Amino acid sequence: MAANPKYKPAGNLSWLVCTLYIVFLLLPIYWLVNMSFKENSEITGAFALWPHSPTLRNYTVIFTDPSWYNGYINSIIYVALNTLISVSAALPAAYAFSRYRFLGDKHLFFWLLTNRMAPPAVFALPFFQLYSAFGLIDTHIAVALAHCLFNVPLAVWILEGFMSGVPKEIDETAYIDGYSFPRFFVKIFMPLIASGIGVAGFFCFMFSWVELLLARTLTTTAAKPISAIMTRTVSAAGMDWGVLAAAGVLTIVPGALVIYFVRNYIAKGFALGRV
Amino acid sequence: MEKTWNNKAWFLVTPVLLLVAFSAVIPLMTVVNYSVQDTFGNNEFFWAGTDWFVQMLHSSRFWDALVRNLIFSFVILLIEIPLGIFIALNMPKHGIGVPVCLVLMALPLLIPWNVVGTIWQVFGRVDIGLLGHALEAIGIDYNYVRNPSDAWATVILMDVWHWTSLVVLLCYAGLVSIPDAYYQAAKIDGASRWAVFRYIQLPKMKRVLLIAVLLRFMDSFMIYTEPFVVTGGGPGNSTTFLSIDLVKMAIGQFDLGPAAAMSIIYFLIILLMSWVFYTVMTSSDADA
Repeated sequence: MAANPKYKPAGNLSWLVCTLYIVFLLLPIYWLVNMSFKENSEITGAFALWPHSPTLRNYTVIFTDPSWYNGYINSIIYVALNTLISVSAALPAAYAFSRYRFLGDKHLFFWLLTNRMAPPAVFALPFFQLYSAFGLIDTHIAVALAHCLFNVPLAVWILEGFMSGVPKEIDETAYIDGYSFPRFFVKIFMPLIASGIGVAGFFCFMFSWVELLLARTLTTTAAKPISAIMTRTVSAAGMDWGVLAAAGVLTIVPGALVIYFVRNYIAKGFALGRV
Repeated sequence: MEKTWNNKAWFLVTPVLLLVAFSAVIPLMTVVNYSVQDTFGNNEFFWAGTDWFVQMLHSSRFWDALVRNLIFSFVILLIEIPLGIFIALNMPKHGIGVPVCLVLMALPLLIPWNVVGTIWQVFGRVDIGLLGHALEAIGIDYNYVRNPSDAWATVILMDVWHWTSLVVLLCYAGLVSIPDAYYQAAKIDGASRWAVFRYIQLPKMKRVLLIAVLLRFMDSFMIYTEPFVVTGGGPGNSTTFLSIDLVKMAIGQFDLGPAAAMSIIYFLIILLMSWVFYTVMTSSDADA
């Protein structure tokens, strides 16, 4: 394409389009970061484009108060649990869908997909009752299991796409060489689709991390996610905007880190069109 | 790929089946159960038949929320899809710009949904927000708390901010899969920029675009957290979409019967959409 300037997208203005779009994306985020470094009096008092007397007070509040930082720990625990459960349950299933035809396979696949499309609002109340019956309310595993509703189908879908790209001859050769199925799967097959596992894990992480409705419904105190804790910054003294902003900024950080590490795989995951 | 017929594959599917049965089938059965019963409390239920469904289908509250949700979905599709294509066409294809663009553009996708709501709630406030302040400074009377049309504008702008990147990334993935030879052939034929887009890039993006449209439709059809945080469904009921209405009914008012009936109707609509989605997907798989 470089040797072909005529078809360079929209000529020399293309960088401008991207820059403008990115500025549009970053402005609201910048505003939150800006607020997180201000005192409350400065936020509500004068209007300033950057903090005139930067303070770390808001972040100190979060890092010294267990009810705040436990929220982050809770979120990370159930997100990690969910990613682990979803991907490990989805691996054999995706293999079955990519290699075999079996009774009701298409219906099963479709039924799995409908769960990805199911509105969490429909499930909030029944989930609460089901998990109450099992005594699971306010535990990390409850949220992790609830998020399987949309993450397991997603993981199956993504992994099936990657597995279908691996030629079947590899399986057959391995069986002839005397590999048992579990040994073949772990030793040979999983390394071959490592990037697929990465992409699936990334999307499970992402959708579990951003979900609030179910996570909030199923927890009260011990496993409450950070995003639910954020809603309690209204105190007698009014809204604690600074701490709210700092908490918001800190919820963006894990996502930004993860996306940085998987940036090269993301385009591939999207290319499969299976998100 | 040629697949062998093997019913033992069911063993491999069993873990997923159990997991999803626990997190989807049992809850759904609870909903079905509530939708046909009435209660006076104390866990005493009696048969109500299809009363709740009839009531729901005659309730203007349900239809209003449905219509609002449909309008919302179509407006955001109308903005996000063309905008996403346009930006994807302008993305750099080589060099340091690629990862920078990818990471920065994907950023909004990874922010928890209620934080997205918080960001825009703050950003749009006239007293402390940049957007609200700027609009006021140029003389536009803007207040998303009081004015329904401002609330709509905020919610739509927020959704564009939040999800256009998904369309961009999907389209970009479709674009980079086009071999250079196509462009060289087009150059030899002296094709115009528009012709290149219309006959090379658009057909190659067809599949991912389809996915983008359907995913965005589906997700905007069950949107809850972001508008709830920003507007709480208000002012009045002007931004009360289906999910917000449902949660209000089920958890706020504890009207189990109507809420369950609404869930079933809602779910059936989604099921229909998923079926269309799946059919279109698999038939385009066959084309490729």
